[in-house]
Amino acid sequence: MEAFELLFQGFQVLMTWDKIALMMLGLVLGIFVGVLPGLGGPNGVAILLPLTFSMDPTSAIVMLSCIYWGALFGGAITSILFNIPGEAWSVATTFDGYPMAQQGRAAEALTAAFTSSFVGSLVAVLLITFLSPRIADFALRFGPPEFFSVYLLTFCSFVGLGREARHKIVISMSLGLLLAGIGMDTVSGQLRMTFGSTELLRGVNFLVAVIGLFGISEILLTMEERLALQGHPAHMSLKVVWRVWMSLPRYWWTLLRSAVIGCWLGITPGGAIAASFMSYNLAKRLDKDKDSFGKGRIEGVFAPETAAHAAGTAALLPMLALGIPGSGTAAILLGGLMVWGLNPGPLLFVEHKSFVWGTIASMYLGNIVGLVLVLSTVPVFAAVLRVPFAAIAPMIVVSCAIGAYAVQNAMFDIWLMLGFGVIGYVFKKLGYPLAPLTLALVLGSRTEDAFRLSMIGAEGDLRVFWSNGLVGSITPLALVLLFWPLISQAAGRAIGWVRPARRQAEG
Amino acid sequence: MAIDSTPTTPADSRPVVGTRPVDIVVSLLLLAFALLLGWDSWRIGMSWASDGPQAGYFPFYLSLMMGAASVYGLVQAWRARAAGDPPFVLRDQFVRVMQVFVPTLAYCVAMQFLGLYVASFLLIAGFMWWTGGIAPWISLLTGFLFTAAMFVTFEIAFNVIMPKGPLEAAFGF
Repeated sequence: MEAFELLFQGFQVLMTWDKIALMMLGLVLGIFVGVLPGLGGPNGVAILLPLTFSMDPTSAIVMLSCIYWGALFGGAITSILFNIPGEAWSVATTFDGYPMAQQGRAAEALTAAFTSSFVGSLVAVLLITFLSPRIADFALRFGPPEFFSVYLLTFCSFVGLGREARHKIVISMSLGLLLAGIGMDTVSGQLRMTFGSTELLRGVNFLVAVIGLFGISEILLTMEERLALQGHPAHMSLKVVWRVWMSLPRYWWTLLRSAVIGCWLGITPGGAIAASFMSYNLAKRLDKDKDSFGKGRIEGVFAPETAAHAAGTAALLPMLALGIPGSGTAAILLGGLMVWGLNPGPLLFVEHKSFVWGTIASMYLGNIVGLVLVLSTVPVFAAVLRVPFAAIAPMIVVSCAIGAYAVQNAMFDIWLMLGFGVIGYVFKKLGYPLAPLTLALVLGSRTEDAFRLSMIGAEGDLRVFWSNGLVGSITPLALVLLFWPLISQAAGRAIGWVRPARRQAEG
Repeated sequence: MAIDSTPTTPADSRPVVGTRPVDIVVSLLLLAFALLLGWDSWRIGMSWASDGPQAGYFPFYLSLMMGAASVYGLVQAWRARAAGDPPFVLRDQFVRVMQVFVPTLAYCVAMQFLGLYVASFLLIAGFMWWTGGIAPWISLLTGFLFTAAMFVTFEIAFNVIMPKGPLEAAFGF
């Protein structure tokens, strides 16, 4: 059991006072970020990333991933107490969580949410522990064509499996890839798409874009909606916590099913949002008493929270093992790795063992510490929401500006951030998805490099993407995913022809 | 206008603009952007050189893809019925968005001259006071404490350098 040994070494890396202090700090900041409207996981991590520039990579990733866990925990607090999902993936939690709070069962709902989050992440972390070294090992055999086909797979699955209008996904994705290409061409050293501007030489930094797209635009949207915060009090007591924990074995099937859904959707770039809804709907559909859902069923909290956390955690698996993030936040963490000079991907497992296993160990510790921390401090964080938004909004703007400037010490980035804020606002209102844009910004140059290296290797023969069994199976899979809506429609028609009146409703 | 208080006057919910015109304008802008980048990529070379694809190869085909998708979006938005077009933004919503956008814009301008910290103080205190209707002394104190905390965190503890203006210079930073 090599994994155990390496994991143990990872824990040893973590067991220093300063790392544990950073972990606590990260969790507290993360819960804040998750609780506050107008800040979310991806944005919180992006804004706080500059804090870590002066740290060593292991400390940095420990703190950042703890911010991520904290944000995942924090989203549940607002959903249950205030009926406002702090994050899109906690929307499903409001369906039953808020009615529970209305009935005076807020503490029960919160305990259920935090505990199931914990269970979900734990399953996903176990998966990461045992699966990621194998995947990385396998991926060591990858050359540029294989990597390009894996990137292609990622982008195609966004287009094929996305819920938004297809052309809007394509626009968002190609815009991201184009923006990533601005500046100096890494292969030929030629300048492109800069139009003579010296500011554009540096290119469009994706962190700046993310801060604008998620931070500034979210502030504009939150102002537009005018939040009226009316929350329910949360009195946590050990007795309630204990009672919920004692009831857990009864719901083992709900928890396990949700965790599996979460892990699966987290690895594929479907993400935590889809996972939480699918898991909620399944729990509802499989229950004998369907009508009681939406009126305060504890399963209605267990199911989406377990799935959302499992997905959020599992999204880090492809990031660590392949260098392909499974979610927006994972994409930003990936960007962080590059800032610290680490090259995400399979080689990480060979060259930076202590970093990788320190990260994985911090997932275990961060979740345990996070669970205890969040259970004991809910009232404090619930009080944060009573601070008027007029005070919070400018502080978020300031944090965004600091984050955007710190990335490259450039005033131009402040203007870029503002521009992306407006783009994000308009895109969100028109239904253009932002996740493909973010992912494309992060992966853009790697995708292009992989493509050009394979082209150079094959002397311009596109057949290189079908040249061996490995790449020859990934590329067609990518194309299948790209045309998945058409394929599933055709398949549905074929099945409907054979066996009428059995329409599969979507999850 | 206080954000957290319930409105006493009826909200002005006439639409500023419908979704369809915005959709059309955005599609046109995206198309123009795609054409611009496509042209630049074509200019620097989008074909094959002896050592592989030229610098403009990858972006050129991407801008083709983006251009095609925006044309599709444009046609779709054009053909959508104008009647029953959902509003893009209502008048009172637009006012609130501007209430935060204009100060943010002013903040970015002020930062060029005053440095980040002084501008931040002005933004927080000003926004709380005017837009939030919060008592002046609370606004000023909050602005000062938050900005000071940021200064200590970034400038001193984490050594991340921010743009500074005349005030910081007077204190020797």
